[in-house]
Order: sequence, then C-alpha cells, then structure tokens
Amino acid sequence: MSDDYNDNKIIQAQSSEVMGGSAGVNPDMDYVRPSELPEQDLYHGHTFLTKWVFCQDAKVIGVQYFLTAVFTGVVGLILSWLMRLQLGFPGLAGFMTAEHYYQFVTMHGMIMVVYFLTALFLGGFGNYLIPLMVGARDMVFPYVNMLSFWMFFVAVAVLMASFFVPGGPTGSGWTLYPPQAILEGTPGSGAGILLMLISLSLFVIGFTMGGLNYLITILQARTRGMTLMRMPLTIWGIFTATVLAMLAFPALLVSSIMMTLDKVLGTSFFMPTILKAGEVLEYGGGSPILFQHLFWFFGHPEVYIVALPAFGIVSDLISVHARKNIFGYRMMVWAIVGIGALSFFVWAHHMYVSGMNPWFGFFFASTTLIIAVPTAMKVYNWILTLWRGNIRINTVMLWCLGFIVTFVNGGITGIFLGNVTVDVPLSDTYFVVAHFHMVMGIAPLMVIMGAVYHWFPLVSGRLLSEKLGKWHFWLTFLGAYSIYFPMHYLGFIGVPRRYFEMYDSPYMTSAVGMNEFISLAAFIVGAAQFILIFNVIKTLKNGKKAGKNPWQANSLEWHTSTVPPEHGNFGDRLPVVHRWAYDYSVPGAKEDYIPQTTPPSEVAHTEVEKT
Amino acid sequence: MIVGLVFLAVIVGSVLFHIFTPWYWTDIASNWGAMDDTITLTFWVGGGVFVAVCLFMCYCIFKFSYKEGRKAEYKPEDKKLEKILTWATTLGVAALLAPGLIIWNQYVNVPKNAIHIDVMAWQWGWQYRLPGKDGKLGTTKVVNINDENPFGINLDDPYGKDDILVQSDVINLQNNKPVKILLRSVDVLHNWYVPQFRSKMDAVPGTVTFYWFEPNKVGEYEVLCAEYCGVGHYAMRGGVIVQDDQDYSNWESEQETFQEYIAKQNLLNEEKKLAKK
Repeated sequence: MSDDYNDNKIIQAQSSEVMGGSAGVNPDMDYVRPSELPEQDLYHGHTFLTKWVFCQDAKVIGVQYFLTAVFTGVVGLILSWLMRLQLGFPGLAGFMTAEHYYQFVTMHGMIMVVYFLTALFLGGFGNYLIPLMVGARDMVFPYVNMLSFWMFFVAVAVLMASFFVPGGPTGSGWTLYPPQAILEGTPGSGAGILLMLISLSLFVIGFTMGGLNYLITILQARTRGMTLMRMPLTIWGIFTATVLAMLAFPALLVSSIMMTLDKVLGTSFFMPTILKAGEVLEYGGGSPILFQHLFWFFGHPEVYIVALPAFGIVSDLISVHARKNIFGYRMMVWAIVGIGALSFFVWAHHMYVSGMNPWFGFFFASTTLIIAVPTAMKVYNWILTLWRGNIRINTVMLWCLGFIVTFVNGGITGIFLGNVTVDVPLSDTYFVVAHFHMVMGIAPLMVIMGAVYHWFPLVSGRLLSEKLGKWHFWLTFLGAYSIYFPMHYLGFIGVPRRYFEMYDSPYMTSAVGMNEFISLAAFIVGAAQFILIFNVIKTLKNGKKAGKNPWQANSLEWHTSTVPPEHGNFGDRLPVVHRWAYDYSVPGAKEDYIPQTTPPSEVAHTEVEKT
Repeated sequence: MIVGLVFLAVIVGSVLFHIFTPWYWTDIASNWGAMDDTITLTFWVGGGVFVAVCLFMCYCIFKFSYKEGRKAEYKPEDKKLEKILTWATTLGVAALLAPGLIIWNQYVNVPKNAIHIDVMAWQWGWQYRLPGKDGKLGTTKVVNINDENPFGINLDDPYGKDDILVQSDVINLQNNKPVKILLRSVDVLHNWYVPQFRSKMDAVPGTVTFYWFEPNKVGEYEVLCAEYCGVGHYAMRGGVIVQDDQDYSNWESEQETFQEYIAKQNLLNEEKKLAKK
C-alpha cells in the first residue's frame, strides 16, 4: 500500500531523460547524475486520525506546527496588551498586581521567543518547505516528524497549564535566572517554574526529533541536480538554524534539568549560600553565573535560530518579487554559515554587567562586532537585489521592505549593545527592550507575514486579499515602528526594564506621555493582526483562485503536480534540477523566469549563467 | 510612488525625532562622559548607515517599481563591489570597537586611590559599609549575619572592627573622589544602578563583584535595582548624596563603627537582662 514509487520507475525516468534531448542539441548538456538511492516509501493515512491528527505528511505537520505556534503567539500578544496597559496607564486595570505583571512579562517573553518564533520558523515553515524546496517526497523520518509535533503540542499544553496551577505561572523573567526563579519572592516559584522547566525540556526533545529530520532531509534527500549551492536561501537559512538549534538547545535542556534538581532535590548547581528571611537556606557552593552562561550559550544562538530562517526566506521573497536574481548568492550562503558559526562565540555579550570576570568583555565585544560584518553584507545584498530590479510593490514586497527598515534599525542598536562600554549605561534599560523587539520581534514577524502572503496560495490554492493585506501591513509596520523607535529614548533617560511601576522617579515623569502613546500604538498593532485572521477566513471561503505558480517563481515548491501539493509532493516523477532558484530576467529568455527544472537545452540561446 | 514616500517619511521622521527629542540622557554626574561620547559616535556612524541603506531602498522603490515589459538586470555577482563593501564595513566596525575597548579597559582597572564601599543587597533593600581608619574592609560571610552582626563581618578579622556601618538605603559620597563599589548579595541577583553615574554591575550571591566611578556633581540621586530580583524589584530603591569634602567628613564622623555597634548591642542586651531580673 505504501510502496507507490518503485525502483523501476526511477530507472525508466532516468533513461528517458538522458535520451530526451531535442534534435540538434547535445543531449549530454542536460545530463544529471542518477540518484543513488531508491525512492522513499510513504505511509498514506486513510482515516481522519491518520490523515489530519497523527499525520506523517510534513506539509500537514507544518500547518499543525504553524497553527499551534500562532495560538501561543495570540496568547503572547494578549499578555503584551496587559503589560502595556499597566505601563501606559498604571492602576487602570484593578486586577494587575506586581505578581501578575511579572508573570505576564515572563510568559510573554518565553512564548514569543521559543514557542512562537522558533516553532513557527522551523516547525512551521521548515516542515512545509524543506521537502518541497529540495525536491523530496517528504521528510526522511515521517513518523518521528509526527512525534516531534505532538511533543511540541504537549510542551505547549504543559506551559499553558501553568496559568492554572496554585501560584500561577513563573514570574522570573524569561531568562529564568536563579536563585530568584526558584525562591519565594518571585511569583510562581513553586509549580509555575517547574512546569516551565518541564515544558522547555519537552520542547527540546520534540525539537530534536524535528531538527534531525530537517538536517538529514536536506543533506540526504535532495532531488537529482539539487546541489547544495543550488538550494534556495530559505533552505540554507533553515538548515543552518537547525544546526545551531541542535548544538544550542542541549545547553537549555541541561540547565533546565539542573535547575529542576535544585528546586526538587535541593542540589546546589546554581545556588550559593543564601540568607532568606533571617535563615540560612540548605544550599551552598553553586554558581548563579554558571546558569547564565548555559542559558546564553543557548540564548544567543537562539536569536539566530529565529533570524537565519528569516534571512533566508526574505532573500527568496525579495528575489521573486523584484524579478531579479539574489545579489551575491554565494556571499549570502557563506554569510548565513558564518553568522551561524560566530553565534556560538558571542553569548556573554548578554552578561557584560553580570559579574562574570570583566576581562571577558574584550573578547566578547570583539566577536560580537565581527558578526556585524556578514550581517551587514546580507543587508547590502538585499538592497542591491532591489537595485535595477523590476519590483512588484505587492503585499509580500511591502513586508520585505518593512523587514529591511526594522532589521537595519535593530541591527544598528545591536552594535550599541554589543560594544561593551556602550552597553554599560544601556543594559537593563528600555533601550535593550526596544532593540531586541525591533530586531528579533518585529523584523522576523515582517518576514513571517511576507511568507504567509507569499505561500498561502500554495497551501490553500487561493490568493489572500491584497487590499486587506495592505491595511494589515501599514498598521503593523507604522504602529510597531512607533512603539519601538521612541522606546530607545526611554533607555537613554535611564528607565530600567522590568519595573511594574516607576512611582514618581525623576527619570520617568518626563516620559509618561510617551508611555501612554506606546501603549495605544501597541493596542492598535495587536488588533491589526486580526485583519490577517479575517483575511485568511475570507479567502478560504471565496478568495481568488491562485492557479499554478501565481508569482512566476523558480523554486521547486511551485512546480508540483497539483496545487496545493498532495502527499508525495511531485506526482509520480521527482523533479530534476538544472540550475539555482534565481534565474530571473535572464537576457534572451522568453519569460522573466526560468524554473529550476528547466534543462539547459531549452534555454541554450539565452545568456543564462551556469550555476 | 506613495509606498516610497511613506518609507521616506519614516526615515526622515526618525532623524527629526532624534534631533528634536525631549527625551535624552539624564545629565551625567560622574567621570564616565567617555561612555556618552562613544554612544554619540556610534549614533553618527550607525545612524548614517541606517539612513543610507533606507534612502537607497527608497530610491530603488521610486526608480525600479514594476513596469510591464521592462526587464531587471541579470548579474549574479559583483565581486569587486562585494569586496569594497566588506572592507568598508570592517573598517567602520573596527572604528566603533576601538574606543569601546579602550574605555572598557578603564572601566575594569580601578584607580589605586579609590575608596572601597561594600554595597550589600537583599530582597529588597540596600545597606553600606565603609572602611574605617585603616582604609580596609573586613571580610564577611553570609552565615555570620544576625542581629548583632548585620553585615556578617568575620569577627576575627582585625580590619573589620573599625568599618563604618551605614544601615540605611542612602549612602553619602565625597565629590571628585573615585569609589570602588564592591557588590554582594545575600539572596538573589541585584544591581546597584544610578543613571547619572552611567555605570552598573550585578550583585551576585556567593561572590563579590565590583565597578568604579568618580562622582563629579554635588547632589542627591536615586538608586535603582537594575537586575530583576523578584516581585519587589521595582520598589528596591535607594539613594546617593554626593557632598563636598567638608560636608562629607561631617557626615562620616557621625557614623557608627562596627566596634561601636557591638558595644551598643552588648549594652542593650545587658539592659534587657537586667530588666528581666
């Protein structure tokens, strides 16, 4: 039942292709090495349960990941509204105690970074796009892939359960720094923090199952002709991010387990001698800074785990909609890989004023600023891709442009914070909050939105409404920019972050008006996201049919046998790849795009470069 | 067209906001003016790059928006341009990093004549200890802390006896005298932060951390805890009073030493015992 694609078929396919060169053209020109492995057997679900719930099709798993992540994102959004309510209009919400405020801050941060962004980019886009873009029928381990999603689902359930336990969710800040995270004095230091640690551990386990799939699929299951240097940058971004995740998440897992032991069994990994309410606790000898090293050894690569897929995706979106090849593809690939490698040597720039040996500052400031070079190259290459392009100013492109502005803005403020001296006055202030929201909140969100408008026609077969999309974009972009751009200046004043209330500190009184403005903008931006949900529902009901390849794109996902692609992706013959994904506007070609599957003999008369 | 104009407005608006903002540095009151200068430099270089990149993007929107029938340029790579950009960026980054590292070197090397101040933090409050006549602080231990020894000073440490105890969340400092802040915490992370001094460092239980500055403006300042330390974090305030030499020595002479504190406690205890009898 599962063996739909037998070896004979492949061999037939190969021989017919080698022979199939048109008359007058050297048939060797189109030769692509035969595949060394037989095709994968796929398990096709037939019941509702195996087709839609415990499904092994990476596309369905991708959508499951996406929807679950979006659900957590909506929770995170609502929490941010509550926080902004308190910050802009203190005392207006009667139920808002300091305990609640810190719990909302913590859950908002952890949800957005791990359960929303990471799961959305790798679990959502990774699952949906990897097999399609590399020309595979599915992930190499579909069953493990299915388990990966359900493990993530359980992790989310455990996390959400912490809202309902006695004491509520943890309020230790998303960095969970001990000793306070597990001591009374921090809200949710009982069941709340335990559920958080368990949920994170489950997330890492689930993610490892998914991540191995992404890596091995990309390395082993690419179709014939899809060399590494022909892969779309989306895949390069997801691939490198997954490598980072495989190396970084273990640090989070061990620190979660160690802190759980400190909490439950009274070990002292992170706990020194502590005096609490006049009594010396039964801890001693542990190091709180050790936790910070472990956390940021995960936490900094985590930034790039979110950013690299965004870099990759936005490169592809810009290229497709500017009708121009991505500028400096090889530089882009090496920049992604270089940023990924460097990201393991910069973690302690989160700890300049943590009390670690201050001499580390020299090393980590240098590595951090070095990482700015490949990152800047990527920015140059995006705008040079626009240059002399033929830019379609549609909703997808708007999100890309919004990404460039917010990312460059957030990247520049990163140079402030990475440069150790400059960090001293600014760390732990609203400058930091503004910086990381701009660079790893808003900028990746712009890419996610662009990607949703770009690939929705592939997933559903229908085009999202451009009119609603433009409203969605402008409200989100202008609103988010007016939240975070002025927020930097709160940091200059010296307003510290994680303050439930400022009282009448001289630093704060001058900024009351700005805080009210930021809160109002946050309410509008949050509400604007529901335009997308409305747009999706409306489009699914009666949206414009997309047809095949509505954007005239080159990459393989748009060249499936059906739209949306069915299980197995490519009908009975896998595509054969002859070029990179960026042959747009090639001089002499009939159309302004040459799909990856087009053999050289068909475009022999054009000035296409060999890739 | 409109799209390009809106993006242009965002960029111009950002620059104007920066120029006319009423929200900027709280006036500096310490020696770390160089930190502000480094930030200003970073602003010029970084802001310049931001504006340049975004203006180029706007130009592309105006100039290369979709026209039916026009074809984009096909040029996969431009090695020369990429090389120039890489080196220019590297130089720019190095120019920003160098002053950063130089000033950091000053930050981690404390002047020899700096007065050591023990800043002790807990959930949620501060207290301070100054070296007495011998100029040295006595060593401490968390387990020593009790009502008779609120700072946990090791009783057999000869340097500890003349230490000056300031059991208040407000500390006085002498103007134009460098101070080395020695931070310790008895429970969780804290951070002794005065925005006007620009400098900060976490207090970490189990170890002693430090930083230094030189106050250079007489006045009263608010101390904020800058490292999240539980539900009372936002209320963990303190104060600094920077005084001229004369005012400062007046204040200092009124403070109690550890020895005096012990004597007072003993007296109190004996009185209590007598009262019981």
